[in-house]
Amino acid sequence: MIAELITVALGAILINNFIFSQFLGICPFMGVSKSTDTATGMGLAVTFVMGLASAVCWPINHFILEPNKLVFMQTIVFILVIASLVQFIEMFLQKAMPALYTALGVYLPLITTNCAVLGVVLQNTQNSYGFITSVVYGVTGGLGFLLAIYLFASVREKMEYSECPKSFEGFPIALVAAGLLALCFMGFSGLKLPIG
Amino acid sequence: MDFKKQLKEGLVSQNPVTVQLLGMCSTMAITTSLFNGIGMGLSVLVILTLSNIFISALRKVIPDKIRIACFIVVIATFVTVVDLCLQAYLPDLAENLGVFIPLIVVNCIILGRAESFCYKNGVAASAVDGVCQGLGYTWVLIVMCVVRELLGKGTFGGGILGGGEGVTIFPSHFAAMGVALPVGGFLVLACVIAAMQYFLNKPKKAAEEKEEVAK
Repeated sequence: MIAELITVALGAILINNFIFSQFLGICPFMGVSKSTDTATGMGLAVTFVMGLASAVCWPINHFILEPNKLVFMQTIVFILVIASLVQFIEMFLQKAMPALYTALGVYLPLITTNCAVLGVVLQNTQNSYGFITSVVYGVTGGLGFLLAIYLFASVREKMEYSECPKSFEGFPIALVAAGLLALCFMGFSGLKLPIG
Repeated sequence: MDFKKQLKEGLVSQNPVTVQLLGMCSTMAITTSLFNGIGMGLSVLVILTLSNIFISALRKVIPDKIRIACFIVVIATFVTVVDLCLQAYLPDLAENLGVFIPLIVVNCIILGRAESFCYKNGVAASAVDGVCQGLGYTWVLIVMCVVRELLGKGTFGGGILGGGEGVTIFPSHFAAMGVALPVGGFLVLACVIAAMQYFLNKPKKAAEEKEEVAK
């Protein structure tokens, strides 16, 4: 059990990193990585939502959709659950932690359309993970996102001061940098895991 | 309604991927063979057109405050329809694209068009917009697929031509494996966007230089 969890966790953070090897959640990764502060905030918020979404969607899928043969409704149900979850978190933060709420600003509602969140939930059902494994996969997938976006934001802050060809200015050069980071993360595919 | 202008915006000047920088997850993830690219592009085109038509038809009924949730429900319905059709009729494609078909729900292109175009325009214009933006997305996917497949595997038309393996252009041991891996996705997309920026800025630059000479 522990060995399985470690395999899932390391896999989600390093080997099958959501950004660099699965291409999930590229939009916020590119959009919110101009400074390390906002990147960290976004990463933490995504981690939280991914963990929570995994925890909420598992019982819904297992106890409501599967017994009633409604699995084909998965996409619609999950996206609605995620959207309302994000809405609740937004209202909760507004009341309980206004400082964090203002820091996250517009990025909070944007988490709904982050494909990493819907992606993690769909993968949980596809791989038929149990409840604990699902939650661990959600949280560690989020941590992998946090790691990726923090590293990328640090690189990008330095890149502001360097020159590059005119056509590559702005977005393309950021993509090249992300590509090089992806190359670095490929090195982790050599890691030996307890299972698999 | 100006069909030519909308087509030009969709394909070039307001291209969803290279200019608006939306929907990049799928653009990089599935562009490894021509079959995947065409399949994904056409799926998005169909979903985008249908959801555009429905959202613009319902735009006077949908309350302003919960419009995003309503858009998502409409989009998710069509995504489910397309997903089930692909699983039934093109199981190979459905397997290749995997989780990225249901993820079209959160593809920012569709939600972006719903919010910025359909919510303000009529049904016919929205339908045309869906087709044009979908074509814009599809051509970028096809370009990425052709480049990545050729450089990464040395083949052309994988999944359709040559019995599924594609036509071999040069032997695979000369190919740069990296281009077919995730790294290649980032680098090839960067080059496509850079080329696009270069060509879009060219006429502007020429005009500016002319003005300077005139001064």
